[in-house]
Amino acid sequence: MQENRNEGLILRRIYLDHSATTPVDPEVAELIMKYYLESYGNPSSVHFFGRQVKKAVEEAREQVAQLIGAQAGEIIFTSGGTESDNLAIQGTVRARGNRGKHLITTAIEHHAVLDAFKYLAKNGYDLTILPVDEEGIIDLEDLVKAIRPDTILISVMHANNEVGSIQPIAEIGKITREKGIFFHVDAVQSLGKLPIDVVKMNIDLLTISSHKIYGPKGVGALYVRRGVKISPLVFGGSQEKKMRSGTENAPGIIGFGKACELAGLRMNEENKALRQLRDKLIKGIMDNIPSVKLNGPSGDKRLPNNVNISISFVEGESLLLSLDMIGIAASSGSACTSGSLDPSHVLLAMGLSHEVAHGSLRFSLGRQNTEEEIDIVIQELPKIVERLRAMSPLYNKVD
Amino acid sequence: MYSEKVIDHFTNPRNVGEIENPDGIGEVGNAKCGDIMRITLDVEDNIIKDIKFKTFGCGAAVATSSMVTELVKGKTLEEALTISNAAVAEALGGLPPLKMHCSNLAADAVHAAIKDYLDKKTKV
Ligand SMILES: Cc1ncc(COP(=O)(O)O)c(C=O)c1O
Ligand code: FES
Repeated sequence: MQENRNEGLILRRIYLDHSATTPVDPEVAELIMKYYLESYGNPSSVHFFGRQVKKAVEEAREQVAQLIGAQAGEIIFTSGGTESDNLAIQGTVRARGNRGKHLITTAIEHHAVLDAFKYLAKNGYDLTILPVDEEGIIDLEDLVKAIRPDTILISVMHANNEVGSIQPIAEIGKITREKGIFFHVDAVQSLGKLPIDVVKMNIDLLTISSHKIYGPKGVGALYVRRGVKISPLVFGGSQEKKMRSGTENAPGIIGFGKACELAGLRMNEENKALRQLRDKLIKGIMDNIPSVKLNGPSGDKRLPNNVNISISFVEGESLLLSLDMIGIAASSGSACTSGSLDPSHVLLAMGLSHEVAHGSLRFSLGRQNTEEEIDIVIQELPKIVERLRAMSPLYNKVD
Repeated sequence: MYSEKVIDHFTNPRNVGEIENPDGIGEVGNAKCGDIMRITLDVEDNIIKDIKFKTFGCGAAVATSSMVTELVKGKTLEEALTISNAAVAEALGGLPPLKMHCSNLAADAVHAAIKDYLDKKTKV
């Protein structure tokens, strides 16, 4: 099998990278096709073609709102999580920058949040980046202490994309609402996996993305609580209540709506299955490979579909390549996979050394994964690790 | 993103391991991403008779390690010292731009091992 890399020769591929993206649900795909081929009007048009699509877009807005406990009028469709994060952060600063210059976020945010804040920090704003503990969770006391009279925005992600740690969002919401500070939550990874209620959680701005919940890529939304004023970043034809101009990606939005509806229906049952597979995979790896560490929390403080481990003495990209060769898709926080050649900022913030972060491996499970697939990973991964360790100068030094 | 040759050397690396009581040892770390490579070699009549490597690093790092051992095995020390990082990368059919630094490790480790051998020799 290793001699011939003809990709077709791998009989069965196992996809365990659902936090990167998910396949589109067949029901969603079918619906989208209709809006490409038949109902292709511009939702802004007055004629039948336009009206028909406009109606479907507004239905999608309802479906999205429902999954997070919002009103349809509070949903702005965007091109995805990255744009929603930027709109929330830069839009708040543009609208409220005259009231204060202080911003707060955490060390483990997605780069869409962190880099937007870092840009603002270079341009006249004060930024506090909260640390996390070894499980990847912030301390509420740190947050309270960081708040200043001129704090205008606090942004904390709901669940982390790398290690699956879940933050105390409702508790933070109580604090921010009391102080009148805007609270933005990046819920890209938690949507459809954890219950979200923007009202109960006192959230002002919430980022979500379609392609992590079996919807199409390049679509997302920002929830903006009624009464919360932010400024748009994109000007033009006044779509999305002037908050996001540009002809709507109607098929994408409609698909996203459907995906939200399905996620709401399936969440409970699906999570039960995912948790079982997750815990089986964690146990299988820990029992069969020596010198392995689970990164992030266990149990209910962890996303139901996330497994993140560090395997000592081996490097993550080598692991990924080896897994890919036998048809298993995962991801890693290794410096060698990062493009920037720094290991994952999330793992470093949790106190991992460069070396241990280097050997990190993330499996993110999804709807269609089976127990049999998990068994295959548990069976194959130890062999790969053994081969790479035999090649590693670090391993030799230890024994 | 990797060439067939890189994948081949990653999958079936040549000369993996460690020579016992080697004539020269070269260990270099990669400042860029923290990877490490160790070369051990035996020299006879100024020729690299045997060479082995161990590498902690990405696919490109493993492949370049493997390739450099192939390139210098059986060569004179002088010839081996002229092997450049670029030559190793080229022998592998090229590397992605972000991975060019990984090839530095390989040639540098070989050169370090040769230097170690020469240093030891001049001491006796
Ligand atoms: C936590 C988090 N925020 C934001 C994003 C960006 O979302 P999108 O890919 O839709 O731009 C991602 C996707 O990887 C994510 O995991
Ligand atoms: S050794 Fe780290 S990127 Fe190649």
